[in-house]
This record gives sequence, structure tokens and C-alpha cells, in this order.
Amino acid sequence: MGAIIYQFKKMSWSEIVLLISLMLMAAFLFLPILFIFNHAFKPFSELFNYPPTFIVRQPTFQNFNDLIMKTSAGAVPFTRYVFNSLIVVVCTVFAVIFTSLLAAYVLSKHKFYFKSLVMGVIMLSLMYAPETVGIPRYLIISWLDINNTYFGHILPFVASPVAVFLMKQFIDQIPNDLIEAAKIDGATELRIFVKLVLPLAFPAVATIAIITIQAVWGDTQASTLFMQDETMKTLPYYISTLASAGTGGNTIAGQGIAAAAGLLMFLPNLIIFLLFQKRMMETMVHSGVK
Amino acid sequence: MKPNLTTNPTRMAPGFPLQKMLSTLWRQRLSFIFLAPFLICFTLFILVPVFMAMFMSFTTYDGFHTPKFVGFDNFITLITQDQIFMKYALPNTIKFAFFVGPVGYALTFFLAWLIYQLPKSIRDIVALAIYAPSMVGGIALTVVWQAAFSGDYVGYLNNFLMKFGFINAPILWLQSPDYFLNIMIVVTVWMGFNVGFLAMLAGFDTVNRELYEAGRIDGIANRLQEIYYITVPSMKPQMLFSSVMAIVGTLKAGAISSQLAGGPVSPQYSGHLILNHVDDYAFQRYELGYASMVSIVLLVISYFAMRLSYRLFGPKEGE
Repeated sequence: MGAIIYQFKKMSWSEIVLLISLMLMAAFLFLPILFIFNHAFKPFSELFNYPPTFIVRQPTFQNFNDLIMKTSAGAVPFTRYVFNSLIVVVCTVFAVIFTSLLAAYVLSKHKFYFKSLVMGVIMLSLMYAPETVGIPRYLIISWLDINNTYFGHILPFVASPVAVFLMKQFIDQIPNDLIEAAKIDGATELRIFVKLVLPLAFPAVATIAIITIQAVWGDTQASTLFMQDETMKTLPYYISTLASAGTGGNTIAGQGIAAAAGLLMFLPNLIIFLLFQKRMMETMVHSGVK
Repeated sequence: MKPNLTTNPTRMAPGFPLQKMLSTLWRQRLSFIFLAPFLICFTLFILVPVFMAMFMSFTTYDGFHTPKFVGFDNFITLITQDQIFMKYALPNTIKFAFFVGPVGYALTFFLAWLIYQLPKSIRDIVALAIYAPSMVGGIALTVVWQAAFSGDYVGYLNNFLMKFGFINAPILWLQSPDYFLNIMIVVTVWMGFNVGFLAMLAGFDTVNRELYEAGRIDGIANRLQEIYYITVPSMKPQMLFSSVMAIVGTLKAGAISSQLAGGPVSPQYSGHLILNHVDDYAFQRYELGYASMVSIVLLVISYFAMRLSYRLFGPKEGE
């Protein structure tokens, strides 16, 4: 805190004006998140208020209660969606880190046939958006017969060109001499990978974890297309049904529950981002496409 | 594509070229084993789907019968008969992509630059506040936008505008075709400060400080010139990565239309993007061949967008 106050004293007038306007801008962009926080804790009466209020006056956990109660009455309990989401996210993150790190290490430090071809394809597929080819993906999932299994959730996300790219750029910074030295000392490739590359690439690993968690934790495509069994669907899918039900009669009544669910969706992302923010910025410095 | 002969030729086994290649491949087997998990998944869930979509775009296919080859019929239908595509999906996508793409991108750069002017201790907090909405993701924010743009007196925007006398009666923001696309754009830009934004923010750190000194001596008069002549050229790689991320973001953004509308098709197709058109044909009408063709058109468009960004920010010859 003292450091910040010291910074203020050092700033010129134009910098202070800039800071204040940026703060206002940031606050404005932050509004939706404040809204979710407040809305999730509003009691029923405040949701119906006119004029509408922004800040919650008497916070309750009623909405969270409703969220859990509402679904326990249905066919699939709320906890099942949460459980599915957690399993899928944890498995996917580890799978993505594992495959991307291996691939990135090889692409960065090894020489082999077709390397430039593989790299070219990865660069091209940076712009790949899975949403555009939902249909063939659906067919492939059906042929592999992994509908309604966790594999159907996880496998489509494992190959992530962005993850490999970021990882490769980061591993490029590790000096070749270091790896050569380890080789001379008799370390096997696997040992080099585990003892040397893995620790040194940790910021990139953290970044990829963040990106993957954000993508998978919020994904509805897999649940909508690949899962027909209601017990295999994930939390964001459930929330999207809440939100679309909101356009019917009970817009406002559903809003409180949806906001509570939205908050549950957001918090893990925020916590993980805050934990790894520094690592992420370290990685993004090397994100350039050269 | 010619294989990249990076190994030292003298160390290769003698014999025919093919034999040579095979023995080199065998010596490099470890590299391929390391690469395998990624490549298998990549082929299965990215490469094959794209090629399948290409193949399916020349067929008519409903998901049950065997696909029937129809040549370029789908493409011809798209250009000559698909009124919804020509009247709504294409113009909407162009407008949407322009504002979310280049305009949103410029805004991202500008904001990142402004933030970079702040002292380091405050920078992270402001950056977090701006990055946060993209973290929440579309689904969780739907409730926010529905409340904000709700068409009755209780809607936050209506209430705000009426309180200050801009409008007299509430506006049906999400039901009226006049506003729908614009709301989509605002919302998407709002949530668009994503990884690309962080990449740019980090990119400013890579600019060599001495260049600014040198620039001042060489007669750079103001901050704008500094950005144009020093900052942007120095952080081109990050700018390129960020612009590729912006293209992906724009491609993916079709979902926002159905989330705001609460159904697959927006009011009077006002927010109908190409991606919604694909979904509409694929999962409402089960014309999978036609839908694949539309998605291929979309991929081709985004490919050219990417080529354009490489032109702008990519490495030049001899750099």
C-alpha cells in the first residue's frame, strides 16, 4: 500500500488524470461482474424492486439454496453437474499440458523430418474455432462410440494449437547449451524433459492451465452435441438452460438463481487467474508470432 | 511440401533415398513418440473434421442416409438462392466482424497502451478489471445482459435512460431487430479483452527503451509518432498473435446471438451471423451437407483474414 501512495506522489497531473479516467473505464467494464456478485445475493423481494437496484441491501444465500433445491427435485441433482464439470476440467487440463508440453519441447529443441510442416499446420490452426466444424466432430465422436462418456468431453479439447504454440515460444528461451550439457552428463531425453524442461517451462504450463480451464469450464458444445444423457452434461450447460428458461415467464425469479450459478462459474476462473497472473504475463511476453 | 532435411547429410545411412529417409526417421523416433499424443488428437479432432466438412460440403446429407454427391450445387444454392444468407447472415457478419475485429482490436491496443503508461503497481489491478469479463465467459454473463437490456421498466438500461429523460417509454432492446446486432457488438467487444489483450500488454515490455531515446533525438515529436514508428514495429509479433486471437474470438462469437435471443434464431434474423446459419441448417433442419459448406465458407473467410494480419504484422523478408 505504501508503495502505491508513494507512486501517487510521484505522478504528474496528466498521469493522475489518465489514471482516474482509466479507473473509471475499468470500473465500467467491471460492472457485469459486480452485477453478478450483487444479484446472486439478492433476496427475492429485491429482485422485483422498482426502480431496479444494483447493490444488494440484505444479502442472503437464498439463491444458492434455490439453485441446489430446484435441481434436487429434478432428475439430475445439481451436484452431478458440478461433479461432471470438475472431472472434465481436471482431466482435460492435465491432458492438454502433457500433450502440449511434449509436442512443444520436440518442436522447439529437436530436429526431425516434417518439422516445418507440423509447425506450419499448427500456425494455420491457431485460428481454428471448434464451433465451425461441430457436425463432423459429432460424427467422429459417434464413430468412436464415446458419446455419453467422459472421453467425449475430454478428447476433443486435448489438441490445442494455441497451447502448443505458446509453450514452444516459451521453451525456445531455454538455452540449447543447458540441454546439451545435460546430455553430456548422460541424462536421457525423458530425464531432461522431466528434470529440466518441465520446471523451466512452468510459467507457460500455468498459462496453458488458465486458458484451458477457461475454455473447458465454460464450454457447452460438448454437452449439447456429444452428450444425450442428462447425467453426463456439465454445469455451464445446466446454467444455459436456466438462462434460456428466463426468457419465458419467470425472467426475474430465474435471474437470481442464474446469477448465483454464474458466480459459481466465475469464481474458479478468477481464483486460478489471480494465483498465476504473474506467470501468465511472463508467458505472454513470448507470445509473439515470429 | 518438401521434407525439411535438417539432419547432417553425411551422417545418413548409405543407399536409396527412401532407405535413407527411413533410417533417419528411425533415429528420430523419439521425437515422433513425443509428438504422437498431440498429433493423434490433432488429426482426429481438428484435421479430420475440417477435411470431412470439406467433403460433406459437396454432398447432401441428413445424418441418416448415405451422403449423396452433388458437386457444386450447395455453393450455387448459397450464392443464388439462399436469401437469408445474402440478406442477413453475410451483411450481419461483415458488420459484426468489422466492429469486433479491427475496431475492437484497435480499442484493445489503445487500452493496453494507456494501461502501460500507469505505474507498475497499479497496472495489474486495472488490467485485471478489464480482463475479468472475458474470464466469466458468455454463459454466465447471459443473465447480466438479459437484466441490463430487459425490455420492461425494470431493465437497467431502460431505467437509466428514462431517469435522465433520454427516452419516454421502455425499448424492447432484445426483441427489436433495430438494436439487436448493435447490442451483440457492444457485448462482444466488452467481453473481448482476452488473451490477446494480455499479449499486447506484455508486448509493451519487450520494446527496447533505448529506442524511445533514439527516436527523440531523431525528431519524434509526440506520443502518436512514437507509437507509429517505434512501439508498433517493435511489438509486431505480439500484435500478430493478438490479431489471430481476435479472429478466433470473432469466429466463435456466434453463440452470443442465440444466448441473447434465448433461442437459435434472433428476432427477424437481425443478429444472424454465418455461424448461426450453420447451426440453423445443421441442428434445426438437419441439412448437414449444406451446413458444412457454409462452415467451409466461414473458414475460408477467416483464413484470408489471417493472411491479412500476417501481411500487416508478419515478419518481412530479410527480418
